[in-house]
Amino acid sequence: MSTRTVLQQADISRALTRIAHEILESNRGATDLVLLGIPTRGVALAERLGALISDIAQQPVPVGALDVTLFRDDLAKHPTRSPRPTEIPAGGIDGRTVVLVDDVLFSGRSIRAALDAIQSIGRPSVVRLAILVDRGHRELPIRPDFVGKNIPSSRQERVNVRLFEYDGAEEVTIEA
Amino acid sequence: MRHLLDTQTLDRTTALRILDVAEDMSDTQSREVKKLPTLRGKTVVNLFFEDSTRTRISFEAAAKRLSADVINFAAKGSSVSKGESLKDTAQTLQAMGADAVVIRHGASGAPRTLATSGWITAGVVNAGDGTHEHPTQALLDAFTIRKRRFGADSRGRDLSGIRVVIVGDVLHSRVARSNVWLLTTLGAEVTLVTPPTLIPQNVSLWPVRVRYDLDEALADGPDAVMMLRIQLERMNAAYFPSEREYSRRWGLDAVRAAGLPDGSIVMHPGPMNRGLEISSDAADSDRSTVLEQVTNGVSVRMAVLYLLLAGEREDERGEVK
Repeated sequence: MSTRTVLQQADISRALTRIAHEILESNRGATDLVLLGIPTRGVALAERLGALISDIAQQPVPVGALDVTLFRDDLAKHPTRSPRPTEIPAGGIDGRTVVLVDDVLFSGRSIRAALDAIQSIGRPSVVRLAILVDRGHRELPIRPDFVGKNIPSSRQERVNVRLFEYDGAEEVTIEA
Repeated sequence: MRHLLDTQTLDRTTALRILDVAEDMSDTQSREVKKLPTLRGKTVVNLFFEDSTRTRISFEAAAKRLSADVINFAAKGSSVSKGESLKDTAQTLQAMGADAVVIRHGASGAPRTLATSGWITAGVVNAGDGTHEHPTQALLDAFTIRKRRFGADSRGRDLSGIRVVIVGDVLHSRVARSNVWLLTTLGAEVTLVTPPTLIPQNVSLWPVRVRYDLDEALADGPDAVMMLRIQLERMNAAYFPSEREYSRRWGLDAVRAAGLPDGSIVMHPGPMNRGLEISSDAADSDRSTVLEQVTNGVSVRMAVLYLLLAGEREDERGEVK
């Protein structure tokens, strides 16, 4: 059992600042942008990205939460999960550019569920994906548009993201 | 959760979990697409040995919103009227691959028999058994009280300090029993108001206060007044002199409803006998939650089916949790 830290507080905040700039660059500004975090930690990341983007673009960016539990295809393989609240910003998502935000991208199944969840809420013109850590091992043809850090890992390893909002610490670690 | 048989053995944590999941289900029902793929491929059987419209339709709507397949089975016009036993009916459903059985039965305890006999492996939901319990009705009532009180801030909260008055035929009412257990588990103070002839014998063992005078109970300014239906089909003895007298002493008329404090709500599980236990003025006022209760019923039943069916199955023949 060994644990090593792959991202520290400064690395996380640098990565988020870079992603904020990349989102603004690819969207040509903050117009029509909506950030949706996937609970739990994706919501905190989305809020931080939203604050950064609003700051850089001098324009408020709506941030929400998108729960994907009820759309998962692997519910029967785990103990019953409790859904988390979904909060869609007042302007809705129709015709907007939605950026999904999550902490770790692994199999890609959460993102598939998120795409289904979005479909039941409205029809964005574009959906993009921002991820703090991409650890590989995709099981579906899904790729992120904005990545904090690529961390090659083995399937047996655990990638833990800790954020101040939930864990009182700020780091990304790998447990072997 | 393996089965939902009663609220008497439901602990606070599980009850709050059901209510919180129901909040999430309720949120999805305001979306453009209300249907969720969550229970695709699961089969829910509505096994109704007693007449019911709203409970059956509510369970059916809940199952369909979660993409489960629904089979409706009404005892009238089925093999049951030819004398088939509960065991054989249950095993037939098992052979058809039912994942959950929603049962309403005239005999108290029939759902528990179904759940613990080993006849079937499906999860069992009690949709009303005799004069025993009707747990999903109590859950939707608790959900409605919580929602009116706390609004969007309801998640995770219990009903501590909320005072509920339940009025009417407690003796025959499974709704009253389920509500007494659930509401007190959640911290509410429950008062029963009933004619002395319609009070159960063992009521002294219940965690409630009993009163016989409705006006005195309402003078305390309760947060919720729950009117029970006078079950005319069960009035097989002289429980009260006449419907008019019942209505005058224990009915919620316009004057009594108007005297309630602001924010107090009036509840009724339906179907209502207008003019008997509740007047039209009270039933159609802003205080009345009758239609909200119906809407919330679908969300609560979605939550129950979700918690029963979505996750990994506990080992077969598990006990109630």
